[in-house]
Formats: sequence, structure tokens, C-alpha cells
Amino acid sequence: MADVNLLPLLPATQVLLTALVVMLLDLFLKEKEKGLLAWLSLLGLALCGVETVLLWGSQDGAFGDTLLLDNFALFFTQIFVGAAALTILASIHYVRDAKIYEGEFYALILFATVGMIVMAAANDLIVFFLGLETMSVAVYVLTGMWRSNSRSSEAAMKYFLMGAFATGFLLYGIALIYGATGSTHLSEISASLLEPMTESPLYLAGGVLLLWVGFAFKVGAVPFHFWIPDVYEGAPTPVTGFMSVAVKAAAFAAWARILMHKLSPFDSDLAGPLWLMAIATMTLGNLLALSQPSVKRMLAYSSIAHAGYLLIALIAGEEWGGPPLLFYLVTYTVMTAGAFAVLASLMDENSAGENYSDFAGLGFKRPFLAAAMALFMLSLAGFPPLAGFTGKFYIFRSAVLAGHTNLAVIGVLNSLLSVIYYLRVIVAMYMEEGGVKGKSFRQSPYLYIAVALSLLGTVYLGVIPAKALEWSRISFFALD
Amino acid sequence: MLAFASGNLTLLLAVPVIGAAVLMLIPRRNTQGLFACALVFTSLAFLWSLNILFQFDATQGEMQLVERVPWMRFYGIQYLVGIDGISLFLVLLTTFLMPIAILASWSVQARIKEYLFFMLVLETGMLGAFVALDLFLFYVFWEVMLVPMYFLIGVWGGTRRIYAAIKFVLYTMAGSLLMLVAIIYLATRHAQLTQVLTFDVLQFYNLQLPFHEQVWLFLAFALSFAIKVPLFPFHTWLPDAHVEAPTAGSVILAAILLKLGTYGFVRFAIPLFPAAALAAAPIIIALAVVGIIYGALVAMMQPDIKKLVAYSSVSHLGFVMLGLFVFNLQGTQGGIYQMLNHGLSTGALFLLVGMIYDRRHTRIIEDFGGLWKPLPIFSALLLVVTFSSIGLPGLNGFVGEFLILLGAFRVTPVWTAAAATGVILGAIYMLWMLRRVIFGPISHSENQTLQDLNGREILILAPVVALIVLLGIYPQPFLSRMTPSIDLALKRVLTVQGPPATVSHLADRNTSHGGR
Repeated sequence: MADVNLLPLLPATQVLLTALVVMLLDLFLKEKEKGLLAWLSLLGLALCGVETVLLWGSQDGAFGDTLLLDNFALFFTQIFVGAAALTILASIHYVRDAKIYEGEFYALILFATVGMIVMAAANDLIVFFLGLETMSVAVYVLTGMWRSNSRSSEAAMKYFLMGAFATGFLLYGIALIYGATGSTHLSEISASLLEPMTESPLYLAGGVLLLWVGFAFKVGAVPFHFWIPDVYEGAPTPVTGFMSVAVKAAAFAAWARILMHKLSPFDSDLAGPLWLMAIATMTLGNLLALSQPSVKRMLAYSSIAHAGYLLIALIAGEEWGGPPLLFYLVTYTVMTAGAFAVLASLMDENSAGENYSDFAGLGFKRPFLAAAMALFMLSLAGFPPLAGFTGKFYIFRSAVLAGHTNLAVIGVLNSLLSVIYYLRVIVAMYMEEGGVKGKSFRQSPYLYIAVALSLLGTVYLGVIPAKALEWSRISFFALD
Repeated sequence: MLAFASGNLTLLLAVPVIGAAVLMLIPRRNTQGLFACALVFTSLAFLWSLNILFQFDATQGEMQLVERVPWMRFYGIQYLVGIDGISLFLVLLTTFLMPIAILASWSVQARIKEYLFFMLVLETGMLGAFVALDLFLFYVFWEVMLVPMYFLIGVWGGTRRIYAAIKFVLYTMAGSLLMLVAIIYLATRHAQLTQVLTFDVLQFYNLQLPFHEQVWLFLAFALSFAIKVPLFPFHTWLPDAHVEAPTAGSVILAAILLKLGTYGFVRFAIPLFPAAALAAAPIIIALAVVGIIYGALVAMMQPDIKKLVAYSSVSHLGFVMLGLFVFNLQGTQGGIYQMLNHGLSTGALFLLVGMIYDRRHTRIIEDFGGLWKPLPIFSALLLVVTFSSIGLPGLNGFVGEFLILLGAFRVTPVWTAAAATGVILGAIYMLWMLRRVIFGPISHSENQTLQDLNGREILILAPVVALIVLLGIYPQPFLSRMTPSIDLALKRVLTVQGPPATVSHLADRNTSHGGR
């Protein structure tokens, strides 16, 4: 305990320092020069990315192993850093048009990223909670940053209230588990699970259940999904993309490490409710997405549905479901970040276009962005050979391997439902005449970079997924 | 190095994609250049497929020209392609019809670049599905075809194009997604039973699953293929898609895409799950015969020529299914032969309908009549193609239908007799259509001044009609190349271990006749 090993803190500290520099520099920069902040943030994220590559393979811990540096944490750090970078690229023009304070915006994205990195690395419930709150508070503020837009403020309020509610569940759950096992350290908790129970097992079971509810809130699983549509719709579009990708990934990271891995003896107890939750999440998400007039809201509901597919991997259990869970989160990140980047490009000085009618006729006006959007939609719907298909394939495969063929069948039927609304975007872009109604896309080169990168990832993970699959397998089984 | 070996299938798959990439480099305004590019690359693919035909060893029934490259090693997924006597001619049919479909797209005005791009991608998708021997790879190609076809119907189609395009995609996906689960399940079971993790169809052939598992898996595969065929009662997407699709889209849809359904039965559903296929045969035969008669009756009542041809497809593919599910040499030979025939004659019919539509902007039979006078070449070609579709001796349709009925009669005389009435009904609606379109007096003055087919249009139709005649009078080179593969496929089905009672009955009848 005497000498503290700081190496495991490096990725999080790197991003944190960048955030602080961005905030400080913001004070001294003139309005016109603030574009620099975005590049500074990207630089910091890139450095963090490089660090994760250099640290790859390490098995280390800090502060009495409450914060771990293993491939699992590094894998998720890479997802968070990538998602944050794509978000920043896609927001450079958006924040200017919406008159959002640039310095705070980028700094908050970075703070949220720090929180996520801690969440994925936490091996202690209190440390996990710290990460969660760092992330959540930053994202609450990000949601409400478009101050001239009333829906943005409403969304922030809603998100804050609901988030606080979920926090309460998590904290209470942590308290109960501490009461039952006498520790918040996950290794000690899982060790005490193996011994015969001395305290009333009800405390522990109750604690795990509350923890589970808290996670379900954060990933937006039915019946804890009510906050998602309004919050996703009201938040500035790049923030929505960030939430639906990185926040979800962080919650699943914690879920995988804490509930799926460390508390795995409870797997069988939770299997029944989780099974119902997965089916309800997929089906309700898809059914509600069908009837949305707004693409942004549709994507919000579809993100609920995707959480449902991810729950299938959790049900399949550690042995089969772990690597597909990680792989799916990567594929989901690239295609969803890309879709939200395209959506963000519909913003002009007066309003943000987010309805199907705003996409009308764009297929032949802005061929690249529309083609990219079409590919993101096809990928989300699960058409091969795109990332979304490979992701789903491995999730459904894990369900079959774990003996849940019925879940795989329900999953593919849900995919079919989702095809209907994803194709509607393509119908609007290519098959309906736009004329005056169709907005002209913003011609931001940074946004094009974000879209192109996401597109590259979507195609790469669909056609040659072998490397990424291997990578997610190694990462998951690095959990000790 | 290897990629340029003679008869290489990967090169065949690559040619259209390379064409699509080259197409992207040509400026949008240069429509002649765009068409020329698409034409050159589809023709190159055709020439290469002829090279494959020459490389093909006609005496062998096994897979040939096999290429195997690991794709996702840890999951046993490989890039595995090969060709046998069953897929050989379907590949040739595809490469043969694609340049024709491009030539027939001259009337497409808007967004030619995207149109040709999708045509080329579609070609790779179809060829890939015909040669893929890894189930994962097959599924990828199977779904890849959907997207370009969706765009072709949805962007360049008729007035109800969006509805038709979405219906087409949803119907097809409904079947194929369940097939995906079945593929995963099959691979999982294979890995459990043999400790070999693979998606290789040839290895799956040797797997002997218990009957109840086979039934579920067969149902999942069969649903997917039955929708594509389409087998009655899964046919309702077909008329919409056909009527709304642009001419070339209809040609490809009818001539090639539907064949993927029947091909799927021959290559996957039947040999992978022989016991279930034998058990399901009576039901499928019944549905096929119902489809034959139903399709013919509905076709008879259609006022729109394109719809008439679309429903005739339901009827004709019923014959193919009947042939495939009696499990003897003649039936299967006839079924596969009839796939080619239907591709040629229905493809030609859609081309002719498209040509007359370009002139008159209507497809309603009532609006025509007496076209023989102003359009002699058109009428002569329509006559030949219609006769081929009816199954007139001397043309291709006769050979296929005759073989199917011959094979089917040995197994199920009653259903065969019912199917034979479909032949008669087919003659009725086709000849009735002919009478109302090209014979009689000219009832509409607009028809008097119509221009007959020009050089390009004759060039499009001439090779198709030539093949129609060739397949009619000299089927031997085609049948002889199919036979070894069909023998092999049938052996897999009929040597099935311990079939249930109803099944052995069917199998006995076939073997007691000596198998041939």
C-alpha cells in the first residue's frame, strides 16, 4: 500500500488533464479562436488512445486493486475515446449554430469520458459509483447545453431527475451488499460469496437486485426506459449520439464486470427476469420506433431495442455471451455515431431537422452523406456484410450456444420489425422527392471526417471482423 | 497469381464489383460511358463464365473449381466457393442475362449511375449465392442481393414502387432471418456432434440429425426459399414487385432471383435435412400443384400483361417445385432444366412487355390488338416466346415440363394429372393473351403508327430466342452436365437412415423403378 502505482490511472488522468486545459484555455481565447479547443480535445483523446495501445496486455491495479488496468478496461477505454472523438468531430459546427459554449461543451465531453473510463476499470463499488456520477453529471449538463431550446432544458431536467432516481437505486444496492458482505471491493465480495452465508442472504439478494435495476435504468432497458425518448430527442444531436453510444457502453461495461462476472453466482437467479426484460426491451423498443415521425426519436427507441439485443448476450452468460457483448458494442458504436453525425448535419441556423421529411430527396443532393446514412441504417437493421450484421450474428450465436434458441428466434423477428423503420429513412432519402422541404446538409469538413470514419468502421467490422472479434475475446477473458 | 487461374470463381464474383467501382469514377453526365462500362463488365463476366463452362468436367458430380480461404478462423467461417452441374447453368444464365438486362435499360433516364451500380452489385450477389458453399457466406450473398433489388424497385419503379419495394424486402427477410437462426443452430449441433466447428455445407451433408430437429431446421430453410420461389401461398409479394419494377428489374427478378429459391431447395434444404424433406414432400407437392393451377387461373383474369406474366411465374415455378420434390432423376432434371427455361422465356416476355410499354406507355391488354400489322418483328418474337412458355414441342419449355411430369407421374399420378391441367390452362391464358394483343383488327388508332423493334432491341432478344430454340431441340449437352451432380444429390436423399413410414413409401416407389 505504501507506494501507489499510478500507471493504471494514466488513461483517465490523460483525459482529465486535457479537460482541465481546455477549460482553462477557454478563458483566454477569443470567440473566433475557440475552434482550437476542439482540436486540443481531440489531441488529448488521441494520446489516450495511444496509451491504451501501449498499455495493452497489462494486468495491473491501483489503490489496493480498486481500479484495475486490464484489457477489459482498455478495450472499453478505446470505445469511449473513439465515441468521444467522433462526437467532437460531429459537433464542431453544431455547437456554433446552436450557440452552445464551446469550451464547456468539449470539456464536459471529456469529463464524461473520464467517468466512463473509471466505470469500466472499477473493481470496487464505491469507485464505480464515483465514475458513474462523474459521467452522469457531465452528461446531464451536456443535455441542457442548448439553452435557447426549451426542449433541451426539459430533457436535462428529466434526465437529471430520472438519473438521480437510478443513482438512488444503485447506492442503496451498494449499501445492502456492503451490509451483507462487509466490503465494497468486488474481489472480496465475490470471495465471500463462496463461503457459507452468515448474514441474512436477503440483504445480498436485495442489494444485487437494486444494482440490477440501477444498471437497467442506465442502459434504458424496459421497464426502466421511459426517460430515453424525451431525453434523446431534446438533447443536442451530437450529445444524443454520445449518450446512446458511450453512456450505454459504459453501463454495459460495469454490468459485465460487476454483475455478470464478479457476482456470477446470482446469474441463475436473475436469468428469468433478465429473459423477460430482454424480450420486452427488444419488442417494445422496435414497436414504438415504428410509429415515430421523427428520425431522432426513432433512433432513441431503436437504441432501446439494441439494448435488448445486448441483454441477450448477458443472458447467454460469461462463457458464450461475453465476447459478443463487447464486439456488439464496438459495432453499435461506429454505426450509431455515424448515424447521429449525419443527423447532426441537418442542423441549420434556425432549427434542427430531425423528421423523415427533412431527409426527403437527399439521396441525390448530397450523395456521400446520404449513402453513408443508408449504409448505417442497413447496418443497424442487420444487413450483411456490415458491422450490425456481424454483431447480431455473434449475439444470436451466443444465445444458441447457451441453449436459448428461442431468444435467438425472438431476436431475429425483432430485427425484421426494425427493418421497416430503418428502411423508411432510405425511402425518404432516395424514393421521395424532396423539393423545398428537404434541408440542405451542412457542408462541414469535420463532420464529413466523422461520417467517413464511422463508415469505414461499419464496413471494416462487417467484412473483416476477425481481428476485432479476437480482440474482444481477449479483452473479455482478461477479467480475473 | 492464383486469382487468375483459368476458371476461377472468385474472379467471376469480382468482375461486376470492379465494374461498379470503375462506374464510380465516370462522370455522371457521360451516360454513354456509364452504359458502356456496365456493358463491358457484365460481358466480361459472361465471357469468364464461358471459360468456367469449358473448365467444367462434365463427368463429375462433385464440386469443382473449389476455392477455400479461412475468413473468421476462430468461428469456422470460410470463404468457400465451388460449382457443380446444378449451379453451373444457373451461373451461366445469370451472366448471360445481365448484359441483356443492361441493354434493356436504355429507357432509364434518371440517375443512371446509381442504377447501373446497383445492377452490378446485384450480379455479384446472385452469382455469389449460386456458388457459395459456406452457409455463412451464402447467407451474406443472399441478403446482399436484397438491397440493390430494393433500390431498383423503389427508385426506378412504377407508381406504387415504395410499397412494392418494402413488401419485397420484408417478405424475403421474414424467411431468411429464421434461416439465419437455423444456420447458427446447425453449425452448433455440428460442432457438438463432430467437434468440428465449420459452416461448410459439404460437411453438413454428412450430419445425421434426429428427425424432430431436422423438421424444425427444414421448416426454417424451406420458408425462406418458399417465399423466394414463390411457393403458394407465399407468392403475394411477387405480382407487386414485378409490376412495379423497371423492365430490367423484372427480368432479373423473374429469371434469376426466383431461381435462387428453387436452387436453395436443391442445394441446401433437401440434402441437409433429407428425412424432413421426404416427410414434407407430400405437402410441398400439394402446394406446388395448387400454385400451378391457382397461378394459371389468376393469370388468365389479368388485364395487365406484366401481371399476367408475373402470375404465370407462380404457375411455372410450381412445376419446378413439383419436379424437385418427387426425388427421382427425371423430376429433378426437369426441375432444374425448367429453371433455365423459365429464366429465358419469362425474361424474354418481360423484355417484350417493356418494349411495348416504352412505345405505348400502357400494359393493359385491352389497349392493344392487331399489333401483327404495325409490329411484325415484335409479334413474331412474342409468338415464339409465348410458345416456349406454353411448352410447345421443339422449344425449351416442352423438355422441362415433360421431364417433370414424367418423373412426377411415377410417384404421384393423381397430383401429376392435376398439374398437367396447369399445362392446358397455361396454353389457354397465353394464347388468349396473344389473340387479344397481336391478332384481330386494330382497335386503337394509336397502335397503327407504332415503330417496330429497332436494332438494339432485336439484338437483345435474338440470343435469348436462339437459346430457347437450342434448349428445345438439343437438350443433351445441358442435361448430361447436370446428371452426375443430380445423381449425387439424390443419393444423399434416398439413402436417408430410418425414414418414417410415409417417407419410406415414397422412397420405395422411386427405387423400385430402378432410380432412373
